[in-house]
Amino acid sequence: MALTLNEEQQLLKDTAREFVQKNAPISHFRELRDLNDDKCYSQDLWKKMADLGWAGILIDEEYGGSNFGMVGLGAVLEETGRNLVPSPLISTALLGASLIQLAGNENQKKDLLPKISEGKLTTALALDEGARHDPLNISTFCVKKEKNLVLEGRKTFVVDGQSANLLIVVARNSEPNNKEESDASRSMYLVDPKKPGVKITKISMVDSRSYCEIIFDKVKVNEEDRLGEQNVVGIIDDVLERAQIGISAEMLGSALEAFDQTIQYLKDRKQFGKPIGSFQALQHRAAHMFSELELTKSSVQGALNAIDENSNDKSRYASLAKFKAGETLNLVSNEAVQMHGGVGVTDEFDIGFFLKRARVAEQIFGSSDYHLDRYAVLSEY
Amino acid sequence: MTNLENFRQETKDWLNENCPPEMRKPGDVSWGGRKARFSHPDQEIWLERMGQKGWTCPTWPKEYGGGGLTKEENKILQEELFAIGARPALASFGIWMLGPALLEFASEEQKLEHIPNIVQGKIWWCQGYSEPGSGSDLASLSTKAVLDGDNYIVNGQKIWTSNANYSDMIFCLVRTGSQEPKHDGISFMLIDMDQPGVDVKPIKLISGKSPFCETFFTDAVVPKSNLIGEENKGWTIAKRLLQHERSMISGMGLSAGGTSKKKISGLAEMAKRYVGVDGQNRLGNPFLRGKVARHDINSRAFSLTLQRMGEEMKSGGPSATASMGKYYGTEQNKLRYEIMLEAMGFNGLGWEGEPFSPEELAVTREWLRSKANSIEGGTSEINLNVISKRVLGLPD
Repeated sequence: MALTLNEEQQLLKDTAREFVQKNAPISHFRELRDLNDDKCYSQDLWKKMADLGWAGILIDEEYGGSNFGMVGLGAVLEETGRNLVPSPLISTALLGASLIQLAGNENQKKDLLPKISEGKLTTALALDEGARHDPLNISTFCVKKEKNLVLEGRKTFVVDGQSANLLIVVARNSEPNNKEESDASRSMYLVDPKKPGVKITKISMVDSRSYCEIIFDKVKVNEEDRLGEQNVVGIIDDVLERAQIGISAEMLGSALEAFDQTIQYLKDRKQFGKPIGSFQALQHRAAHMFSELELTKSSVQGALNAIDENSNDKSRYASLAKFKAGETLNLVSNEAVQMHGGVGVTDEFDIGFFLKRARVAEQIFGSSDYHLDRYAVLSEY
Repeated sequence: MTNLENFRQETKDWLNENCPPEMRKPGDVSWGGRKARFSHPDQEIWLERMGQKGWTCPTWPKEYGGGGLTKEENKILQEELFAIGARPALASFGIWMLGPALLEFASEEQKLEHIPNIVQGKIWWCQGYSEPGSGSDLASLSTKAVLDGDNYIVNGQKIWTSNANYSDMIFCLVRTGSQEPKHDGISFMLIDMDQPGVDVKPIKLISGKSPFCETFFTDAVVPKSNLIGEENKGWTIAKRLLQHERSMISGMGLSAGGTSKKKISGLAEMAKRYVGVDGQNRLGNPFLRGKVARHDINSRAFSLTLQRMGEEMKSGGPSATASMGKYYGTEQNKLRYEIMLEAMGFNGLGWEGEPFSPEELAVTREWLRSKANSIEGGTSEINLNVISKRVLGLPD
């Protein structure tokens, strides 16, 4: 397995860097934050990203995608992470596209994937129901009542749920209170957010991105709305692993940028008549962060490759990447604020944005603790 | 068949014919030398055959006795050696540190004189860098070499000279110029230890063992032809060699961590033996389990990083990032022993005899030995300085 990008992948990364610097530097995020718009991202920007092939980056060419694989998507996410760009890359290009491509039937794929590739359709995965990522522990269910299938439950902290044209809802195949606890099967339903009984409420989070709670109050759905088969637990797990790795790439980008800005500040800021970066107390902490960032780069790259190469160890790679990305971004975001001193805690400076985004990203798809435990379980201890 | 496939087949055949059975089992590795001692006759045969083939130093040029292999061929060789469980034919500071520096800085005559001897394990080399007054501040060293006709006369003392009591020769930093500016008066020379002017005294460590020595020079004689590079310009060579040393030591951080074939790491297996498991086969002590998992993950991430750096390295050997590897690898290795000790409880704290098993006693001694990892070859703090200044460009 190669841990460095090939020419084509490097070109994609350079393009992404240029594009983001030109179209969506951190000031772009600041403007969106100040607008306090419900979508929390620019549709115009998403159209441009789709034109570059990023919306369909995991989608096969026969469905209009560019099929660059996870390594390609990871390169883009690292660059958007550097500039804290809000976009549906993870909710749609990664989660939506992968779930439909892996679970969907031919009609669903033909209908939905080209729309995603063109940037016309955005999706949101409605899975978690509590304060922590816990995919096995859900009570939303969808069962047959009289003629219809009825979906009932409450999803929370749904990423990009307010802006999505289509919700992908994970549900049990039996009611949780009928003691069929042995029923670990899960289905996914494609639900129009405008459907009667769907109630979406914005949740305002510290990173100023789009999250919501969604209540499904006896929502009627059809068999055709089911995404693929009646039990898709394996596919959900596979796609969650992709998501864990994808967000790790974004987190790596954020950590690298916060670090670069901090190193620059250490060189510029003078106290006691010299740059504060000349003080060993700060130098050693900076050098330690550099080391952790190097390890994180390798973990993320290894994990992205593991998906594209369908490694039999990809599950552990996913936890390796998310754990390292979480730990490193936590460290770097804290140190970045501390090393900026007083200005680090002002809203005027961008560095605080990294801290706020960091903590939310750390929770999404499982915290560092979650993945530490998962890694141990997968390693047979 | 492609050339590489051919090479793999030839390598397989050669190893099959030439690697003696005893050398396909784990065990100690020979350090060679003029008075080489072998724990088994097969060890001598193995060293001789691998040395003749140049495969103790597979990628070094053929004209100096090396294997002349490309990076890809060497990868195949290492895979095939691993496949038959072959132990290394030779352990040597000549291979890991001196050789690469000679290839870069020595004259043609010097290369022809010294490199084939390194490849074939004919000379046991040790390193003369630190002095009692010059540890982290290495460039302040004061062992003096004065030119007298065709020879340098050397006086002074070196310390932490690994295995000096067994070594035939020492590669040494000596002062040939003034003390200030301190980096500019240093020369790099090769000194034969088999002479009356060289005395060696082992140093006993907290582990009870003596891998290190003090080495004293009293009017030791060194032919002028043993000066590598220019007089007073040895600091460049010294730094380069330190990078090789740091890359070598980085490898220590690699030993733990499961692979894709075997899921569980050696560390976790050991912890399971001592603290047991709960009903779901999880390590019985959740705090220890967290430490083991964190260590396993970091070991794996570190090993991927060394691999990535190898891929990124275009040419010219290790760079300042070698300091990152040295820092992280040694801290990881120390932590691994701390976790083992914690898992073993009192059983990990025996000094000798009953009721401790030989394995337990070995771990305890290695734990003590590991404390030197982040000191030798540049302390963790010195390596953090190098990263700050050379990689991050932070000011003085």
